[in-house]
Amino acid sequence: MAKEFETSKPIYLQIADHIFQKIIREELKPGDKLPSVREMAVQMGVNPNTIQRTYSEMERIGVVETRRGQGTFIVENAEIITELKQTIQLEVISSFVKKMKDLGFSKEEMIASLKSYLERGEK
Amino acid sequence: MTVQLNGVTKKYGNEFALKNVSFTFTKGKIYGLLGPNGGGKSTTLKLITGLVYPTNGTVTVSDEKVTRKISDKVAYLTELDMFYDSFTIKQMVDFYHSQFPDFSLEKAHQLLQDMQLEGNKKIRKLSKGNRGRLKLVLTIARNAPVILLDEPFSGLDALVRDSIVKSLLTYINFEEQTVIIATHEIDEIEPLLDEVIAVYQGHYIDHQNVESLREEQGLSVLQWFKMTIQNWESEKY
Repeated sequence: MAKEFETSKPIYLQIADHIFQKIIREELKPGDKLPSVREMAVQMGVNPNTIQRTYSEMERIGVVETRRGQGTFIVENAEIITELKQTIQLEVISSFVKKMKDLGFSKEEMIASLKSYLERGEK
Repeated sequence: MTVQLNGVTKKYGNEFALKNVSFTFTKGKIYGLLGPNGGGKSTTLKLITGLVYPTNGTVTVSDEKVTRKISDKVAYLTELDMFYDSFTIKQMVDFYHSQFPDFSLEKAHQLLQDMQLEGNKKIRKLSKGNRGRLKLVLTIARNAPVILLDEPFSGLDALVRDSIVKSLLTYINFEEQTVIIATHEIDEIEPLLDEVIAVYQGHYIDHQNVESLREEQGLSVLQWFKMTIQNWESEKY
């Protein structure tokens, strides 16, 4: 299969996450055309109905738009892309913080350990 | 095209293969009939293609009662191998073309190319994987409203499975065709399916939409399947 999926999350959302990641890394830019539903289905090895749901969901959030007869495009709206970046960043941070809290670390310890980890990584 | 089972029971001698099953398969979806061997999956497909007749109840394809003639609407990939060994791939394709008016030579050639099958090769000389690929080519080159696949992945390696999944996704017309896949290999096929049915001991014990399972219950198809079978067993005693 083209891609492995986690068991606990709907596949259509995992594919949306995958596309969001590409947008954030700027592999996909505002105005870029996404593959057709069928092409994406073949690429991912999933049912086209699933991809249709992925695209509808991304359109609902406002990250992509469907142009009649032309396909699905990343919106040319810098605000929405920035918002998407912030939302996903926040998701990652909050899950990190929650896990650290569950382990009993204080805020100061989190910041200190994160700082030292990043400094070590940069060397 | 809707496929309907109405109170279908099938007995082989004294053995029940299906017990009072009612179900409607609707157009534009890929269904998975999942379950261990001997549960009633293959019997379901044979009933839909008119190879066996119900002991009780009715089977219809778009309101037409199924007889052997339904094969003009139903493309069927058997779990068995039914090729003439002395034919070449091309001769086999031409033979199918002569038998089924909806067989698209264009689609067949495209599929052969995608699967890297050479037309002049004798069927006798094909590897198991290539025989499996050829079976799929011949089945989905038909523009039949109903496509039935009985264990299409059985005994094939990951590479062949991948090429089969890709071809299915590329060539199935999702607006027009209904696809029913019977398999006991659940993991491989999950992302391909819209709906899953657990078939066990002659019963359709549960039916679910794949994405709803994940979204509402946080279960993969395999997890759901194991739970369903367990519940069924524990209720029996």
